[in-house]
Amino acid sequence: MKKVIIIAMCMCMLFALSCAPGGIRGDEDGELYADGDQYEYIGGELNVLNWGEYIDPELIDLFEEETGVKVNYIEMTSNEEMLIKLRSPDCVYDMCFPSDYIIEKLIASDMLYPLDKEKIPNIKNIDQKMLDITDTFDAGNTYSVPYMWGTVGILYNKTLVDEPVTSWNILWDEKYAGQIWMYDSLRDSIAVSLLRLGYDINTRSEEEVAKARDELIAQKPLTKGYGTDNIRTSMINGKAALAVIYSGDAFCCIDQNPDLDFAVPEEGSNVWFDNVVIPKTAKNIEAAHAFINFLNDAKIAARNTEFIYYSTPNAGAMALLDDYFTKNETFNPSDETLARCTIFHDLGDFIEVFNAAWDSVKSAKVN
Amino acid sequence: MKRRIFAYPYIVWMILFIVAPMFFILYYAFTVNGSFTLTKFWATISDPQNYEVLWTSVVIAFKTTLICLLLGYPIAYILSNMRKSVAAFISVLFFVPMWMNFVLRTYAWQAILEYALPALFGWTDKTLTGTEAAVLTVLVYNFLPFMVMPLYNTLSKLDKSLIEASRDLGAGSFHTFTRVVLPLSIPGIVSGITMVFIPAITAFSVPVLIGNGNYDLYGNKIDRAFKILAESDYSTGSTLALILLVCVLISTVIMNRFDKEQAGGQLW
Repeated sequence: MKKVIIIAMCMCMLFALSCAPGGIRGDEDGELYADGDQYEYIGGELNVLNWGEYIDPELIDLFEEETGVKVNYIEMTSNEEMLIKLRSPDCVYDMCFPSDYIIEKLIASDMLYPLDKEKIPNIKNIDQKMLDITDTFDAGNTYSVPYMWGTVGILYNKTLVDEPVTSWNILWDEKYAGQIWMYDSLRDSIAVSLLRLGYDINTRSEEEVAKARDELIAQKPLTKGYGTDNIRTSMINGKAALAVIYSGDAFCCIDQNPDLDFAVPEEGSNVWFDNVVIPKTAKNIEAAHAFINFLNDAKIAARNTEFIYYSTPNAGAMALLDDYFTKNETFNPSDETLARCTIFHDLGDFIEVFNAAWDSVKSAKVN
Repeated sequence: MKRRIFAYPYIVWMILFIVAPMFFILYYAFTVNGSFTLTKFWATISDPQNYEVLWTSVVIAFKTTLICLLLGYPIAYILSNMRKSVAAFISVLFFVPMWMNFVLRTYAWQAILEYALPALFGWTDKTLTGTEAAVLTVLVYNFLPFMVMPLYNTLSKLDKSLIEASRDLGAGSFHTFTRVVLPLSIPGIVSGITMVFIPAITAFSVPVLIGNGNYDLYGNKIDRAFKILAESDYSTGSTLALILLVCVLISTVIMNRFDKEQAGGQLW
């Protein structure tokens, strides 16, 4: 009798497993795509290089099922790492999601494949307002399609911070010593210091960068540290009061801990875009275009953004999302907030000055 | 002749993964985009901050080694005096954590110091990460087995009749230890120190994960030159690696000399 039960249980589990992939297709109104099923068999492999936790993995399965393409998905943690991987002579990637200033650099060194817009009809879903911004680093939006965007700001815990958070100065306030997370990223952290001093985040003045560097070194003993993805868990668990963070991560944290809130300081901030690009070395260009098109389907984009909490430039997806997303200032910042945010630009050789400054900040002794 | 054939795979291995990488380090240290130049090399060699960080690393590696030795020696000594079967069982327990990946263990420590321990003490907004003590604790934890292993090997092979002879000739247990056991275990101590000190100098994941990225060691500087800075800087990174290589080489030579002197003289 026992054996029968065990076998029955095993069968149930197997049945449940076999049903699981079918679950992807399930949707309230039965429709998977907002813009129709445009996907045919392509086959081959597609090597995708993206940030960590930056796509709904079910979407990859769905795309594989639709097109027969085997997606090899590789993750990394910084733009700089992505650039190095794309530059290496044996680059294998067919698709990549770098940020604005890296795209500028990639275009300048002629490393990107101009996109065939006819193969990406769903590009019509992208908000014109967003395309106007991305146009500033990719003229005519020739080489890239916006994937996600956001701002940089301060995530703070309302139970630990009483005053309103309006200025970057709060990160230099001794009251919060040991409770401040900075972001372990060269451009972002130096930008915070530059903005606080009233300078441009794309400055080419050695003097201004040096001042920003000295301020960061002076602030270092007050910080809890320079983190990346670990900041999220730390903030959700109330282990720190303030953190410099991307808006998408902030929204994800607030969703899990209502004591948290997000502010874009009045001195201004950085607005960033992560766009999809196809490197010139890509082998499966057909599949890359199909995947870009797939990701820009309004319904797919909405699902993706619901999963990763980052803001989508896809107007079609915005129309499908509920108020919890669209009415949220962190997810969908107002025009006034956006007006004080600047985009990063490639600094050319001047980046060496930033490199040296950043290395000094990181090597500075805390005690 | 036959023996030589069996040595070939290792020679190939050595050329591919030890000799060739060293040449790459040399090559990149003196070139930028394929052309020979000394600018980056001099800039790196003459930057005092590099030496400050190197010194911090040497100090923390020294502290790690010292604590490992002070903790590891009694452990190895006690183990070596136990019945073989019991000692074997306990040493297995000791090495079980090493079956898990080094970085994973460090991640576990991050969770312990950031969440578990503070929760145990009831601290809601306090954590134990981000301090030198935390970095040191995790380094000691990670490297302690590397100290115990060679010490245990040496001590368990020690000829027990020498200890009996020392007792017979009227030495107390203190003198037996300082005059007989300790000198005879010097080879174990030396290899233990080498196995802890050198990896500890180059540690870079522990300062990131446990030091919250606020506690820079030399390994982090090399790491940053290669992959974090906006333009990966192979020449700076390789020069930094070269400086470290020279330091490690010098300390290995000193250690070996010390080892030989001790093994030769002292006893008589």
